Amino acid sequence: MVINLAKYLLIFVVAVLLQVLIFNNLLIARVISPFFYLLFILLLPIDTPRSLLLFLSFALGLTIDIFTNTPGVHASATLLTGFLRPGILGLISSRETLESVIAPRVQNMGIQWFATYATFMVITHHLFLFFIEAFTFQGFLITLLRVVLSSVLSVVLILLSQFLIFRK
Amino acid sequence: MKNLFRLIYRYHVVFLFVLLETLSLSMVVTYNNYQRAVFFDSSNFFSGTLFEKFSSFSQVFEFKQVNTKLAEENIVLRTALHQFLLKTNRGTYKSSDSIYLPRIARDSSQKVVYRFTTARVINNSINQQHNFITLNKGRRDGVKPDMGVIANGQVIGMVFDVSENFSTVISMLNSRWKISAKIKRNDYFGSLSWDGKDYRRVQLNEMPYHVPIQNGDTVVTTGYSSSFPEGLVIGTVSDFSIGTGSNFYKIEVMLAADFKNLVIVGLVENKQLYEIKQLESLNKNGN
Repeated sequence: MVINLAKYLLIFVVAVLLQVLIFNNLLIARVISPFFYLLFILLLPIDTPRSLLLFLSFALGLTIDIFTNTPGVHASATLLTGFLRPGILGLISSRETLESVIAPRVQNMGIQWFATYATFMVITHHLFLFFIEAFTFQGFLITLLRVVLSSVLSVVLILLSQFLIFRK
Repeated sequence: MKNLFRLIYRYHVVFLFVLLETLSLSMVVTYNNYQRAVFFDSSNFFSGTLFEKFSSFSQVFEFKQVNTKLAEENIVLRTALHQFLLKTNRGTYKSSDSIYLPRIARDSSQKVVYRFTTARVINNSINQQHNFITLNKGRRDGVKPDMGVIANGQVIGMVFDVSENFSTVISMLNSRWKISAKIKRNDYFGSLSWDGKDYRRVQLNEMPYHVPIQNGDTVVTTGYSSSFPEGLVIGTVSDFSIGTGSNFYKIEVMLAADFKNLVIVGLVENKQLYEIKQLESLNKNGN
């Protein structure tokens, strides 16, 4: 229990640090900016109580907000993603699989399942985030383009991280 | 009553979600009115210190380039100063210690109006709609809100919030910021803002049709905003067109400053800012 707590705290800190120190400075082709930190919500145990999941998502978003001077923008997006996570999990796998597995990891579920899961989560998050950030539907297509391209990069980074740093 | 509690318990996740989502969205909205707590700000102690540590590490590699840039700027300024002094014959030698004392940057009342200091950029972003820059100087170093921020004599932004040791700057790449700017060649002015699309281009609005404009025209500050002295370079006109059904040009301005590569910036303090603001607020109150 304590080890688990320390492990997830470490994932939280590492994900936030990587995001604010490295990925926030990344802007490719003037539209693509990845939001890697979502990884933390992805990796939480499947049996995490839903209310705890909401609080953790909110805390994660708010932490990013503090670093980027955007109060509420990331918090609202991560909160929505955390709220929809059980639904997304139910959508892509059966009840039995979910009950037999503790943590949603590549090692447990396979790369294909994890990629699908990450894609659904990331798109939910990015779609909400970019539109809240723009706070307008003016220039709808360019915002949509940012969502799609950034999502691709975020998913790739999240998948890569599974083989490089967050092995356990 | 019991049923009510049961209902709340049954849907407590949804209630919690709605509650927290309302809270965060209201933060987004009130932020529009610039009424945010100092806490949510990268000038706060916690994030400021982190950014400072990391940037001092990562900027080591950039300092050689920065030094060269600053040395070049020094030479340009020294030449300009020399020519200015020769032309106006205003320089005087102080006999006692033979220090050359140019009397520049003074207005008619013989008071120094603008004061310049430098600061180091410890965090910067260009990939959002509302970009901010964090500097390693704060209230303790005399930084105040509304001070202008420049780099190599080009406009970067304006100080927004100040904490004891750090300050945040609202970048020109922030779609909520506007500054008045003019075409250097003919002094016609308009309002400059960013549409959030390209970090190298800003838009000059409210420029009427009859004004002659060419690609390559230099766009400079007007001095109306009182955060900047007049004539600081912002960029050059890269494209202009006549908007449909409007009386104004749509002008694209290529920024002179490289926002992707900011290390050292200059802070401009207008010593008369407070007086000007006070006077102007009288107009607003009295209508």
